[in-house]
Amino acid sequence: MKSLEELKAIRDKMQGQVGLRAESEASTRVVVGMATCGIASGARPVLTALADAVAEKKIPDCAVTQTGCIGLCQYEPIVEVIQPGKEKVTYIKMTPEKALEIVDKHLIRGQVVSEYTIGNQLK
Amino acid sequence: MYRSHVLVCGGTGCTSSGSQAIIDKFEAEIEKNGLKDEVAVVRTGCHGLCALGPIVLIYPEGSFYSMVKVDDVAEIVSEHLLKGRVVTRLLYEETVKEEEVIPLVETGFYKKQKRVALRNCGVINPENIDEYIAVDGYQALAKVLTEMTPEQVIDTLLAAGLRGRGGAGFPTGQKWKLARTLVPDADQKYVCCNADEGDPGAFMDRSVLEGDPHVVLEAMAIAGYTIGANQGYIYVRAEYPIAIQRLQIAIDQARAYGLLGKDIFGTGFDFDIDLRFGAGAFVCGEETALMTSIEGNRGEPRPRPPFPAVKGLFAKPTVLNNVETYANIPRIILNGAEWFASMGTEKSKGTKVFALGGKINNTGLVEVPMGTTLREVIEDIGGGIPNGKKFKAAQTGGPSGGCIPAEHFDIPIDYDNLISIGSMMGSGGLIVMDEDNCMVDIAKFFLEFTVDESCGKCTPCRIGTKRLYETLDKITKGKGTLEDLDKLEELCYYIKANSLCGLGQTAPNPVLSTLRYFKDEYIAHVVEKRCPAGVCKDLLNFSIDKEKCIGCGMCAKQCPAGAISKTDYIAPGKKLPAMAIDSSKCVKCGACMATCKFSAISKK
Repeated sequence: MKSLEELKAIRDKMQGQVGLRAESEASTRVVVGMATCGIASGARPVLTALADAVAEKKIPDCAVTQTGCIGLCQYEPIVEVIQPGKEKVTYIKMTPEKALEIVDKHLIRGQVVSEYTIGNQLK
Repeated sequence: MYRSHVLVCGGTGCTSSGSQAIIDKFEAEIEKNGLKDEVAVVRTGCHGLCALGPIVLIYPEGSFYSMVKVDDVAEIVSEHLLKGRVVTRLLYEETVKEEEVIPLVETGFYKKQKRVALRNCGVINPENIDEYIAVDGYQALAKVLTEMTPEQVIDTLLAAGLRGRGGAGFPTGQKWKLARTLVPDADQKYVCCNADEGDPGAFMDRSVLEGDPHVVLEAMAIAGYTIGANQGYIYVRAEYPIAIQRLQIAIDQARAYGLLGKDIFGTGFDFDIDLRFGAGAFVCGEETALMTSIEGNRGEPRPRPPFPAVKGLFAKPTVLNNVETYANIPRIILNGAEWFASMGTEKSKGTKVFALGGKINNTGLVEVPMGTTLREVIEDIGGGIPNGKKFKAAQTGGPSGGCIPAEHFDIPIDYDNLISIGSMMGSGGLIVMDEDNCMVDIAKFFLEFTVDESCGKCTPCRIGTKRLYETLDKITKGKGTLEDLDKLEELCYYIKANSLCGLGQTAPNPVLSTLRYFKDEYIAHVVEKRCPAGVCKDLLNFSIDKEKCIGCGMCAKQCPAGAISKTDYIAPGKKLPAMAIDSSKCVKCGACMATCKFSAISKK
């Protein structure tokens, strides 16, 4: 390594990885239902798609985590987006493609993708 | 890209309670469940709560599993990592309140801590330089080499008020300034790191080396730039195999990246570091003895002056700092002197790491701002004293330090306060003692250590400590006189004033401070021939209360010396004859007392 740029490049590349271990609470939490019902309906590819996209697009203070059964097994895979001061948004019947849309629209631009939310889907 | 990180502690504490097997099992279970590309297993350094090891932390949830067993791993993987259900049953109990999981930083042990020197310990993988770089590693070196003059570095350290963490508390900026300026035409200078942690019960430096080795390398390179040295040596105990292994890995990685070696960052600055192993002699923690040992000679101190800043290693100007001191420096460079000076007390800035040991619930490693009271460290962070016993004293500074009695429980801990009450900061060992500890015995323990470790070069230390030990031994055997106490004190001051190096100059401290605060215990040993704590065997007498004894004979079965036998006496209401101890045969092991269910046996 002969330059500061190289050092910075390594830091930027690795920060997304190690940042996961920050003790401070991430402001945005993306929670994927990963109980038996969720896994059976395909929650795992959704989870990995979300985790990869969040890291790749370097979304700050955002943690992708998993949770158990929410109780709405027929609507799995379920993804919840929880942000401080805002109402929790629940997306249902997720796919990796829909998940990427949520990353782009909701997490980056702050617009709820209302066509996938539980309220609209059940209408 | 991993969505979850499993951090398993690989410090010496957790390694000896089996964390390697836990890591292997995690890797196997994660593979079995097909999570290999989603979950990373990372071996980290020490988290501090050594009493609860092996420790496993899972992020992003921040779940803190303590005392993990190999048999628990399959459940954690299938429940937590696969299905997302935290296994509350296995969490550190302090992180679970009324069914809710609370963050680790909110628990008693971590709440009052402020981790500066230990900031990366338990967070990054110490064997991966990229992770260190991710948490701003080597940024301070880059800043110093490209933006700062050596004088600015010195000014920053002086303004920060950083003092040596090895115990004496000399201002680090001042030390560097002297090494830079005193010999202007030196052809060669050196930077050394004192990692010869020898105080019994102290393991701060080991944990930094094991958990964050690069921070020491980075700070030493900064020191090299500042004083004008291009070679560094880390003098580390051979008894620290994990620390040595990780340091060597770190040095190799830093060299491969060009962060050590020639022309670092293209600035023309050269710096390299080599390891030197200590064979475990306590005196080699003394700076002149340490450098003599690096030179390949027998580790003996030499008179100062000349100080190392003028004539140090190989008779060249040298800076020697302790591991923890170095661990603070990159942060000070990046965050600024004001940030560092905002922590601590007027004359002691920043934080200090303590190794908590002895009669305390949370044995382990804690880092607190200077000025935190002993009470906060022991009661809030350390979780108090086990079995409802009463606090008697805390020993700081190891064999060079002294005891802090209960009357000073609320004293803010910093360099000057500890000296004013007859102890010293030392490297940071903090041993807690309760009412079952005999203070004369404690003083004897430390003197036995210094007698062993005295190098023998100067007479006051070689012979003086031996005489001190003999007098203490005489007192614990009930053969001491009041005159001995006076002689003891006189000899202490003589040794302090006349010894060549820090070892001898501080060796009498455990005696002086116990004499100062616990003279009544000494007098009880000498005049009443009694050990109030019930420790000194020669002064103990075990006896059986014949009215309470039911004659079951359990004590006689336990007695290794065959000192207990039946008498002719049957107490009113009892069916069997009472037992009695023959004190001429008794070895005072206490086995009878521990086994008696009727509290019929007492020691006086």
